[in-house]
Amino acid sequence: MLLRTLAIQGSWNYEILVGNGIGFCVEPALRRLPGGIDGPAYREALARQCAYFNAHPYLAALAVGSLARVEVDQVAPVRIERFRTALCGPLGSVGDRLVWASWLPACSLLALLVFGLGAPPVGVAVGFLLLYNIGHLGLRDWGLRAGWRHGLRVASALGHPVLQHGPRYIGRAAAVLGGFALPLAVHRAIGGGTPLAPIPVGVAIATPALAVLLLRAHGRIEGWRAVLWLLVLFVLYSVVR
Amino acid sequence: MVTSLADILGQQLPLLLPQLLPLAMLAGLLGLDVVSFPQAMISRPIVAATLAGAFLGAPVAGLMCGAALECLALEALPVGASRYPEWGSASVVAGAVSTLGVQGGALPRPGAFAVSVLVGIVTAWIGGTSMIKHRQLIASFARPRLGQLAEGNRRTVIGLQVFGMTADLARGAVLGVAAYVPAALLAAWCDARWSVDAALTRAIVVTAVAAVAATAVWKDFHAISGTRRLFLLSLSVGTILVVIGA
Repeated sequence: MLLRTLAIQGSWNYEILVGNGIGFCVEPALRRLPGGIDGPAYREALARQCAYFNAHPYLAALAVGSLARVEVDQVAPVRIERFRTALCGPLGSVGDRLVWASWLPACSLLALLVFGLGAPPVGVAVGFLLLYNIGHLGLRDWGLRAGWRHGLRVASALGHPVLQHGPRYIGRAAAVLGGFALPLAVHRAIGGGTPLAPIPVGVAIATPALAVLLLRAHGRIEGWRAVLWLLVLFVLYSVVR
Repeated sequence: MVTSLADILGQQLPLLLPQLLPLAMLAGLLGLDVVSFPQAMISRPIVAATLAGAFLGAPVAGLMCGAALECLALEALPVGASRYPEWGSASVVAGAVSTLGVQGGALPRPGAFAVSVLVGIVTAWIGGTSMIKHRQLIASFARPRLGQLAEGNRRTVIGLQVFGMTADLARGAVLGVAAYVPAALLAAWCDARWSVDAALTRAIVVTAVAAVAATAVWKDFHAISGTRRLFLLSLSVGTILVVIGA
């Protein structure tokens, strides 16, 4: 089931979102139901688990574990459906805050810091992947086990300190990493050399100035789109002049 | 110096063709990692572009391009059903383009570097749109089978999952090949005509992407008290480290 959770979003779509993925992940546990894969209990449970569902993909493991448990325990179908619906919201918001808005940017900024410190390509890439996936796979594994252990009482697992306070601490660490990483990474990316030469000094002045402009344009244009048009103009200038 | 389009085609196409199959496979696998399987973030630009660069014998050029794109990728959080650029396949294309004319530990050529970041953004943009189409394709495949899903048909559940992942793999591979050939030719053509100094070129590109990274850090953690002060403080210390460490 843990391996299957890695593919939980394999059929993500606008009809049932991750619903089919939940069914796909829970399916091995449902084989324990009376009658096995040919029995009506298995088919009814699988049908229930394939309905619309939305959650953060990593924390969905918590739902997979608890839903597998309640199905195997043969809890009343109406109760399972209510429980399933109630799981959607919290698993989405907690996961988004913990992983997408904290852990991923923190690991990404650490990779940029390692790059800025002059690490070789393999060090930067492997270091990032190792660190990120300790958190990623750890969260999926914990989710599956905690879900299976708690079943219907899985809400208590959502009170875990890492889920509750993790985003705050990781966010602070990421801000510090970002502060260290940016000057070092920029210095390496422009080719190193004397930092007080005209070009590095120009970069040190222009970068915050452009950042302030982008912040003031907040909501009107995304940064990557602004960079796209800036680069189009720059490439045209350099090629045509 | 080779500058005409015919010369570029004649010189570059024989080099590009043998690279297409391995790059398509890499773009497919890393495109798959973005959402479908296994979301281990092999698709992040700093990994994907470095891998593509290493694949073509110039890992440092790939890493430089990947670090630049990583700064941009910090801005878009891949939250749920929101629309965001697809950096996996795009970074493979960009990392491969950045290796134009260099090997081993060499820095990318100035024109190739600027164009690689540019095509990385464009490909990520197109890739984001292709992800939406892919999700619509799965929905249209699933719609006639909703009855079978409601009956708890095991084959349908697994089939839908396999279909989605296979289509995503193909999406990334096709996007990678379709973007790489014109991007590599464009990079070769631009690099042959590039007139801005190499150091200044790097500085302009890096300034633009670093500004986006700084705004991303500033915005992402604004809800947590004290993070902006911590960011500004560490930014000052980092800048001092660069000055005294040189």
